[in-house]
Amino acid sequence: MRFAVEVLVTLKPGLADPQGKAIEGALPTLGWRNVSGVRMGKHLRLELEAGSESEARTQVEEMAGRLLSNPVIEDSRILELREA
Amino acid sequence: MSARIGVVTFPGSLDDRDALGAVELMGGEGVPLWHADPDLKEVEGVVLPGGFSYGDYLRCGAIARFAPVMEEIRGFATRGGPVLGICNGFQILCESGLLPGALIRNRSLRFICRIVHLRVETTQTPITADVLPGEVLEMPIKHGEGQFVASEPDLDRLEDSGRIVFRYCGPDGDVSDAHNPNGALRGIAGIRNEAGNVVGLMPHPEHAVDPDVGPTGGQALFASLLSSVMAGAGR
Repeated sequence: MRFAVEVLVTLKPGLADPQGKAIEGALPTLGWRNVSGVRMGKHLRLELEAGSESEARTQVEEMAGRLLSNPVIEDSRILELREA
Repeated sequence: MSARIGVVTFPGSLDDRDALGAVELMGGEGVPLWHADPDLKEVEGVVLPGGFSYGDYLRCGAIARFAPVMEEIRGFATRGGPVLGICNGFQILCESGLLPGALIRNRSLRFICRIVHLRVETTQTPITADVLPGEVLEMPIKHGEGQFVASEPDLDRLEDSGRIVFRYCGPDGDVSDAHNPNGALRGIAGIRNEAGNVVGLMPHPEHAVDPDVGPTGGQALFASLLSSVMAGAGR
């Protein structure tokens, strides 16, 4: 079975996010003075072949922990996993 | 006989030649290693140089950590062999889990290229063994992602076990936020592993060995590395 997966990688809460901060600083210059708490992350899409949905999920979780994210500074979670 | 120091070239490494040059200038034998090499050519110390290994895609150092040569270096480090990661090399050591913490985008979001001062915080490493504690060394930094971060408990552990090797400081050795170029937590510029044989730092000692082109704060570190290796060989 072929699965399509979306993974979200975000910086851990509390860790400085200079990119998020820069975005937050730029928004008021365009008129949005009501924004706070901007955090920037990564969105990954991939497809994989696996025997079942749970097998696919286990594999993607392992990928996320070992390569897609750096668990020291980032959290990762599967946003969506469906048969492609 | 001189110390054999291997310098790994990954696709995208930039400072491998300067690292080899620094080893040779200080009287060692520089041995070029390639990322795909299955062995370390009997070197007695390893330098992971700066640059943008594998384009720094995904995260700095994230792909380099899976290079065939890294498997050998992991074994070499476990056996107590001296490993020095400079800049991108430091990022690779953190991604490999050989050093704790991580390096994220500078707080200014800008690439920084300038001379800094470093205070030597411990002499319990192969590269600072011959340096005085508290000595101030001058050398360049050049990085976009050099802000050292780790969890508070990890930072406390590093601090309590004397594993912070260098801090950014002023010319007189004073550590303060004003002298912190990238926002690194607790002003950390370099750390070591528990055994002390694996060291990573963001500044570039290999660019600071030739008085004709700038400061020479790197000389003492390479000299220490070479004499540590020679002392180890004599044991």
